[in-house]
Amino acid sequence: MVILITTLVIAVIGVIVGYGLVYTGKKFHVEVDEREAAVREKLPGNNCGGCGFAGCDALAAAIVSGKAQVNACPVGGAAVAEEIGKIMGVSAGAVERKVAFVRCKGSCEVTHNQGNYVGVRDCRSAALAGIPVTDCDYGCLGLGTCQQVCPEKAISVVDGVAAVNPRKCVGCGLCVKACPRGLIELVPESQKVLVQCRNRDRGPAVKKVCSAGCIGCSLCVKQCEVGAMEFDGSLAHVDPEKCVQCGKCAAKCPVKVITGADLAQKETA
Amino acid sequence: MNSLIMIIIGGALINNVVLNQFLGICSFLGVSKQMKASASLGGAVIFVITIASAVASLLYDYVLAPLGLDFMKTIVFILVIAALVQIVEMFLKKTSPAVYKALGIYLPLITTNCAVLGVALTNVQNGYNFIECVLSGFGTAVGYTIAIVLLASIRARMNEKDIPAPLRGAPIVMIAAALMSIAFMGFGGLSF
Repeated sequence: MVILITTLVIAVIGVIVGYGLVYTGKKFHVEVDEREAAVREKLPGNNCGGCGFAGCDALAAAIVSGKAQVNACPVGGAAVAEEIGKIMGVSAGAVERKVAFVRCKGSCEVTHNQGNYVGVRDCRSAALAGIPVTDCDYGCLGLGTCQQVCPEKAISVVDGVAAVNPRKCVGCGLCVKACPRGLIELVPESQKVLVQCRNRDRGPAVKKVCSAGCIGCSLCVKQCEVGAMEFDGSLAHVDPEKCVQCGKCAAKCPVKVITGADLAQKETA
Repeated sequence: MNSLIMIIIGGALINNVVLNQFLGICSFLGVSKQMKASASLGGAVIFVITIASAVASLLYDYVLAPLGLDFMKTIVFILVIAALVQIVEMFLKKTSPAVYKALGIYLPLITTNCAVLGVALTNVQNGYNFIECVLSGFGTAVGYTIAIVLLASIRARMNEKDIPAPLRGAPIVMIAAALMSIAFMGFGGLSF
């Protein structure tokens, strides 16, 4: 008898609760863009926040509303980007993949490490302490903070300068935020012509600390036929939007600080 | 009146749900990485536990107890709490998207927070009436919020410290939580 009453009561409560849920579900139904649910489905769902949004739900909403790229998820990588691209009607390839690029060429050969920094092996600590690690006030400290934050192990410090492996890089931008000297920027993967220096000082001052630094001679600006080379103080910078990658600037550069010189050679040959 | 205040303070400090009864440890350790998130979760927990204990109390007093189905309270409470959280979630999504967004994933997480069930069962065990149940639920949830916000701020400070390598991550959090628990035992001597 008790069993019967129990079963009955629980069943009644269950039915009431179930109907209550259905009713509230209908009554408080919120119109959601069906693409949003579909995109959310494709995201990894571990809510890591690596994309800069509050979680996978937030990123899905941002992608659908156009605030984020289809490849914004650093965890999912190319595979997820492609699937989301299908939902959004954009091919993932159409969105240029961005990779990190270190704007410094100051290896141990061309510049000198002062070698009197003995603190924590972390660029941010070194920058905070204000102890000069390198002669150049703008250059890579080479303590590898970007290497530590990189989730893909795409960065390695070679010869005192951080170098990015573009094939491994997913363009999450964590290293960009981590570098205390702001040396790393995200550039389109196909962009090969880039200035590998961030020293804003005038030529002689640069020469003193680094033989590979941009001396601000502006020869590259004169070479460029499309006006893609910008000058900021005495530092050259390539605008990837305008650059046609002819490589002429790189070929002319007296300090060889611009990458992509081989592009010009190919053209003439 | 005095006893009602005692119920709130007792729930929040003396019998702190996390640090003295060891309920809701999962989210306590999991979501205390950031101050903001833990405060949001605390707010959601206060909201849900207060409502859940009210509903559980009504259900027990007017359905389960009269029918002599005392032994089914655990299952019924689980059922009702899970449904309740869902309804609250839908309600918030429609009426105030801002609050819904702020609470985010923490709202569904509470469904599986054993503190909610724990409070409902303890209330029944103590023979509280409706008002006492609501106040006890509120007090307990405030206690949960106090505990998780405290731990979050401790963790925020620990992030800047040089912790010995073997203790980094989960171990040091466990130790911090244990010390907090010992500290909260001091409230045991509190009486009015």
